[in-house]
Amino acid sequence: MKALSQKRRHPIAGLALLLLGLLITGGLYSVASTMNQAQASNTGSSYSAEDITEGEKLFNANCATCHGVEAVGTENGPTLVGVGAASVNFQVGTGRMPMQMQGPQAQAKPNQFSDEQTAQLAAYVASLGAGPAIPEEQYLDTDHEDVDLGNGGTLFRVNCAMCHNAAAAGGALTRGKYAPPLAGVSEQHIYEAMITGPQNMPVFSDANIKPEDKRDIIAFLKQIESQGSPGGAALGSLGPVSEGLLVWTGGLAVLIGFMVWLTSRSS
Amino acid sequence: MSTSTTTEYQASTPTGKIANFMDTRAGLSPMVKEFGRKIFPDHWSFMFGEVALYTFVILLMSGTFLTLFFDPSMAHTTYEGSYKPLYGVEMSVAYASALDISFDIRGGLFMRQVHHWAALLFVAAMSVHMLRVFFTGAFRRPRELNWVVGCTLLILGLAAGFTGYSLPDEMLSGNGLRIIDGVVKAIPLIGTYISFFLFGGEFPGDDIIGRLYILHVLVVPALILLMIVIHLFMVVVHKHTQYPGPGRTENNVVGYPVGPVYAAKAGGFFFIVFGVVALLGGFFTINAIWNYGPYDPSPVQAGTQPDWYIGFVDGALRLMPGTLGDFSFKWDIPFPWGTNTLALGVLLPALVPAGILFAVMFGWPWIERWITKDNREHHILDRPRNAPTRTGVGVAGIIWYCVMWAAASSDLIATHFSVSLNDVTYWLRALFVFGPFIGFIITKRVCLALQRKDREIVLHGREAGVIEMTPEGEFRERHERLDDYRLYKLVSFENKKPIPAQPGRDGKIKASEKQRAKFNRWFYEERVAPVTREELAEAKTHDHSDVPSAVEGQDGQSSIGH
Amino acid sequence: MSEQSHGGPDHTGAVEHAGVEESGKYAIDNPGLPPHRPRLADEDPKAAKRAERQAAFLFGLSIVGTLLFFVGYFVVGQIGPDTTFATIRLQNMLLGLGTAFAMLGIGVGIVHWAKTLMPDHETTELRHEVRTEADRQVAVGMIEDIIDETQVKRRPLLRNTLIGAGVLAVLPAIAIFRDLDDTDNRSEFAAENFGPERLRHTMWATDVRLVRDPTGTPIKASDVTIGSAFHVIPEGLNELDPHEMLNQKAKAVVLLMRLNPEDMQVSPEREDWNVDGIVAYSKVCTHVGCPVALYEQHTHHLLCPCHQSTFDLTQECKVIFGPAGHALPQLPIRVNEEGFLVARSDFHEPVGPAYWERG
Repeated sequence: MKALSQKRRHPIAGLALLLLGLLITGGLYSVASTMNQAQASNTGSSYSAEDITEGEKLFNANCATCHGVEAVGTENGPTLVGVGAASVNFQVGTGRMPMQMQGPQAQAKPNQFSDEQTAQLAAYVASLGAGPAIPEEQYLDTDHEDVDLGNGGTLFRVNCAMCHNAAAAGGALTRGKYAPPLAGVSEQHIYEAMITGPQNMPVFSDANIKPEDKRDIIAFLKQIESQGSPGGAALGSLGPVSEGLLVWTGGLAVLIGFMVWLTSRSS
Repeated sequence: MSTSTTTEYQASTPTGKIANFMDTRAGLSPMVKEFGRKIFPDHWSFMFGEVALYTFVILLMSGTFLTLFFDPSMAHTTYEGSYKPLYGVEMSVAYASALDISFDIRGGLFMRQVHHWAALLFVAAMSVHMLRVFFTGAFRRPRELNWVVGCTLLILGLAAGFTGYSLPDEMLSGNGLRIIDGVVKAIPLIGTYISFFLFGGEFPGDDIIGRLYILHVLVVPALILLMIVIHLFMVVVHKHTQYPGPGRTENNVVGYPVGPVYAAKAGGFFFIVFGVVALLGGFFTINAIWNYGPYDPSPVQAGTQPDWYIGFVDGALRLMPGTLGDFSFKWDIPFPWGTNTLALGVLLPALVPAGILFAVMFGWPWIERWITKDNREHHILDRPRNAPTRTGVGVAGIIWYCVMWAAASSDLIATHFSVSLNDVTYWLRALFVFGPFIGFIITKRVCLALQRKDREIVLHGREAGVIEMTPEGEFRERHERLDDYRLYKLVSFENKKPIPAQPGRDGKIKASEKQRAKFNRWFYEERVAPVTREELAEAKTHDHSDVPSAVEGQDGQSSIGH
Repeated sequence: MSEQSHGGPDHTGAVEHAGVEESGKYAIDNPGLPPHRPRLADEDPKAAKRAERQAAFLFGLSIVGTLLFFVGYFVVGQIGPDTTFATIRLQNMLLGLGTAFAMLGIGVGIVHWAKTLMPDHETTELRHEVRTEADRQVAVGMIEDIIDETQVKRRPLLRNTLIGAGVLAVLPAIAIFRDLDDTDNRSEFAAENFGPERLRHTMWATDVRLVRDPTGTPIKASDVTIGSAFHVIPEGLNELDPHEMLNQKAKAVVLLMRLNPEDMQVSPEREDWNVDGIVAYSKVCTHVGCPVALYEQHTHHLLCPCHQSTFDLTQECKVIFGPAGHALPQLPIRVNEEGFLVARSDFHEPVGPAYWERG
């Protein structure tokens, strides 16, 4: 416990230091060893120069305070060189960035930028270094004929359920961090989260889970989200805790009401 | 051989003939004579036992339905039922048949949900029933044994619940079984072998579901049924206890006769309980097994919890620190023949709190009898405020239990109240140690304050809610004196004083007796004595000058039926 | 036996009762049952009629509930592969609502009937002693006679041999459960397959490839980038018989991650257990065996979702929070000629929760 608190002077400071360290000591190393990343990355060449300049303006106005000019990182935020367009699209698109305040982890909130601005920001950051690109449409198509829900569910339970809960209702991590519920998250954002590993989520690169398998996982998530609960109210899909709570506060309370009525004298 | 000359009763109507046939063969008349007008006191808090009994009946009925479709086999199969997100997934036959009950059998899902909700309610009702018995002192002589039977029923209820929870063989309960396996393995000397015997070899094996199934559908319900029979038989022998009040004495029981009023109320209540359980089963999902997927030792889900009644053990496991700095509670003991391992980090939280709770629960009638030296029969219940120390101990126990219970959902507390998981654990650890003491002290104070308030009402009447101005211009609230029926309830309890240590036969005071006297002082030293005759007479002499006399009769009865 | 006694003290017997009401014990004497207060329905025939109609209405509601159940069962109809969840939910709701109305209608109706129309005079019944002294003497006399007639006291040989036989006769009932664990009967190496020794070994062995769970595909070292986490099983696991598969999987599951080597504290004897910062640890919690699968890629903490044991990956998975008592065992790995990750050996200690014979 002591070790833990010593390590965590400030959650974001640690994160920033770590990534900064990564950049300085292992920049070349990571470029050389990550063959798989190169497959799914681009350097911003698909974006127009205008997008990149517009993105830079937006970046300097909204992001540079923490991430530094040219995204080299500061004490308050990690470098963004090499995080890729997918990461920007996820972080900005889900409203996590810009952060409202420093805390254990960035909160999702309404997106502060238009789709166009988000794309421009992504274009700018992608131009700074190779990183995961925006996913291709075909891997987000949950109605694709090759989709296998059973496979998606199995992969979800092995790789994701321990943090996000088997019904994707979310769960707790250490020291105030958490894995958020996945209902209402777009296909693209789910995919981007897997390839970029936002916050403390591990990266599930294409070498680990193939793009087709990621599509199965997303299709499975969309299926359980849209099908609803067959047995009535799902009680947050939190399992025995919410069930026990309902039995004590609802079931037993209603019965006590009946008991009092039953044993009271009629007027 | 001589034939009897008495003319036997001959029935004339068809119903009469059947009744007469039964009567002459089974002796119904004596039974009707014995039970037909038996008296049961009426109070809402006496109904929790009935909720438990009725939910058990519902469990038997819905459970029988489920056994007709459930297949407790761990054989391997590929799911090809109606639930699409699991189509083509490898799983056990047990899980597949549980899914079929939910998705391919009409009413199967409803019956599953009714069964599970009834199970949660069953244990909850038993627990509240036992709390009622504890706080009112209904466990005292002659009902100690029935208290023990009740404790046994609670444990059997937990056993029934846990064995049932594990049957669908899905990921959530599979991880629950894995936790049980880990706890069992922590038992020194024999733990590893118990685990092998339980699972038929290494975890998870292919035997456990079938074994739990036979325990769940045969052995445990049969034992519960047997205990219920003993429990109810003893209730008939003892007759029911009753709250203090006018007309109630230690020698009588006041209430309504079985026929017709009590039978109608209790019988009708069965349908009410069934109706409430049906509402839960129809509108609220319980144990969404389709979410969890088949059991596989690799996956696990965030928010892995047992059903509520096992929660306190799980919570104790979570609260225990496994290491303190570099010290580990995993203790490798060097013996001459080699090193053995004692997993105290598991053993202590799994066995000690539950052990203490159940030991104190089972033993409490004897503990209290030893401390108070009260070996008299009690049929009039204590109002909890009139037994402040016992009530305090009970609340301390509840708080201790609830802290462990809350710890079992520490992760959900963290996510839903946006606090750190680690901080929740630290706070609950502190409450685990200090909570019961704080609870005891506060409860005892509240009880004493309520007793003082009772005295106040007896001596000066209750506040009428009317402000009056005296001719001198002074404002004061009018007090109304209670009628005797209400008054009696407030004054009819004993002034129990500490009993100092008594010398034994040899004239010496034994150490255990000194200890007893200490406990006894702790029990009774702080007390509020009931109002005496003299005090009441004294108070009444003041009345005429400043307190208007009470309104007699009329509304004096509304609380008496309780 | 029930009578309107209004609480007169009428007690004789040996047992002392608490609070036996000698006059003067409490501040006032027991005033007896309060006078009966008639209900509306007792005095007003209209009110009684109204109560009757209300109860009958509730019984009628119960009939409607039963019909509702049938609507849910037969009209919503058979469920199957093409049924949507909305239909299942509707059916479940109608069955629940129907049953609830059917039951509550009857129950509330009967209770209402009892409360309003049946007599509500409180009645008193006397208690009886659980045991009277006279009964006790008769019973003791009988038991003494019975024991006497068996002559068991005069013939100790009978008694002692019977006790001996009885004690022994129980033992088979215990011994017969020995084969609850019958694994040694199935295997050719009985010694290895019964007893705690088998908990020491997993499927991992020298040069067994690390493959993905559940697909079984091997993993190249270059696939494992910093920040990623792989759920790993030994190659060949999926080919086992399904039950043997689960038993082996329960011990062999591994989590594979890559750290920056500079972040890691590596003890001297484990120097060659990782591949450029790629490390493999047992996924079975050392507390009570849940899969420790929650990996935080920036803090390098591994968290168990069952009881929140937290392990620090940078300190060889030492316990830093929660109830676990010892570190997660590390699987020594290396890269083979084809670039795939393989195990150097089995784990060097038993995986999972501590047990007595662990040592």
